[in-house]
Amino acid sequence: MHDREGEASGRRARGELESGVLATLWGAEEPLTARQVRDRLPGDLAYTTVLTILSRLYDKGMLVRHRAGRGYAYAPARDEASHTAEQMHALLEHGSDREAVLSRFVSELSQEDEQLLHRLLSDQDPGQDSAPVGKEP
Amino acid sequence: MRISVYIPLVVTVVLAVLVPGPARRLAPRPAAWALACAALVTALGWLGSLALLAFAGFARIPEVAAEGRWSVSALSADDPVYLTVATAAALALAASCVGLGVAAVRQARHLSWARRECRRLSGDTELAVLDDPSPAAFALPGTPGRIVVSRGMLRCLGDSEREALLAHERAHLRGRHHLFQTLWRLTAAVSPLLRPLADTGGYILERWADEEAAAQVGDRRIVARSVGRAALASAAHPPRAGMLAASGGAVPQRVRALLAPPPPRRALPFVGGALLLAVCCTSLANAASDSEDMIESAQRAACATELKAAGVPGEPVRQPGHGHERCCPRGERRH
Repeated sequence: MHDREGEASGRRARGELESGVLATLWGAEEPLTARQVRDRLPGDLAYTTVLTILSRLYDKGMLVRHRAGRGYAYAPARDEASHTAEQMHALLEHGSDREAVLSRFVSELSQEDEQLLHRLLSDQDPGQDSAPVGKEP
Repeated sequence: MRISVYIPLVVTVVLAVLVPGPARRLAPRPAAWALACAALVTALGWLGSLALLAFAGFARIPEVAAEGRWSVSALSADDPVYLTVATAAALALAASCVGLGVAAVRQARHLSWARRECRRLSGDTELAVLDDPSPAAFALPGTPGRIVVSRGMLRCLGDSEREALLAHERAHLRGRHHLFQTLWRLTAAVSPLLRPLADTGGYILERWADEEAAAQVGDRRIVARSVGRAALASAAHPPRAGMLAASGGAVPQRVRALLAPPPPRRALPFVGGALLLAVCCTSLANAASDSEDMIESAQRAACATELKAAGVPGEPVRQPGHGHERCCPRGERRH
């Protein structure tokens, strides 16, 4: 899916894969092995590709890992990735400010919006690969 | 001048009333470009009209007329613009310029803030994850831009939905949507009438990114679910202090658009819009040349009175070059 634009965008595609891997690890409840990461990423990625990205991210200090079976299980390096609390709050608040030059993924919902959304989404097949909404461990 | 100077103002009103509804249902990418063109042209037309109207009043100030050597009485007889209208236009023009200045400073500040924040975020990856339980996701424009997503957001989405979210934010960065946003905010600052256009533009940018994400992920329903789920998760989360209640209604619309087939490409609304903008430009040009003609004939009138006062009989003749320089032979000046 990512390499359809050819080799010229190879670096870009690699950056996108990094994002995908990072997002997968942050979205997971527990550390994941390279194989598990690959299974959760869309498209048919080679195992070695995922492994390469994982080790690069690990080298950058963005991941931690521990032995799991024959390989490693990876998890995001939390204190490394986090802003200081103060910076982060500024970022989130500024990021939610409509005047800021940011595009937010979603805006707040009114009560009716919420009901409408529930209806719209329940008409769809229930997300087979999805975590329950609003659950925060 | 009598009518044409008001046409850009009328076009602005017409666009502000007619565009927001239908534009939301068009294919978002061409709609965004069309809206950007419309906002730019109408904002310039707005400024141009106000400037011409204000000038019509300004030219009747005796000191100004003396400096330009034209006759105030000829101008007032010729010019259909009431002094009150001219004064109102001058005030509106001043307000527009001040508004534009303030908005420009604000936008520049926001852009540089985003740029700084992009650099300050840890890591050099495209995605920067904030270790925060509240769901949030946005694109930070910069060189290169970053996608900022909170841990809470990533946890509430499924695997393919996360991909859709990333594709959506990536589309914002790649399409340089912040430049569209900036343009609309600046034009809305110039003319408050263009504010609905700017609001519509914001929605269209989200739709654009949704459609790009759908093309990338290959399934519109996944993107729909991603958007809906993220919105519900944000709603379920207690709102952060200082968080504004943004315009509701947009998310269900986006989800519905994603559950429907992709919007068809239609030419008619764009042709109509282009015609309106062409009318706006021509009438502004028309008004400008009318205004120039009026000044010229007022100058000739001033000449005629001067020549008569100097005892030279006959009609003033326009000399090649600048008529008013040559029409008083001995360089006499009025006082």
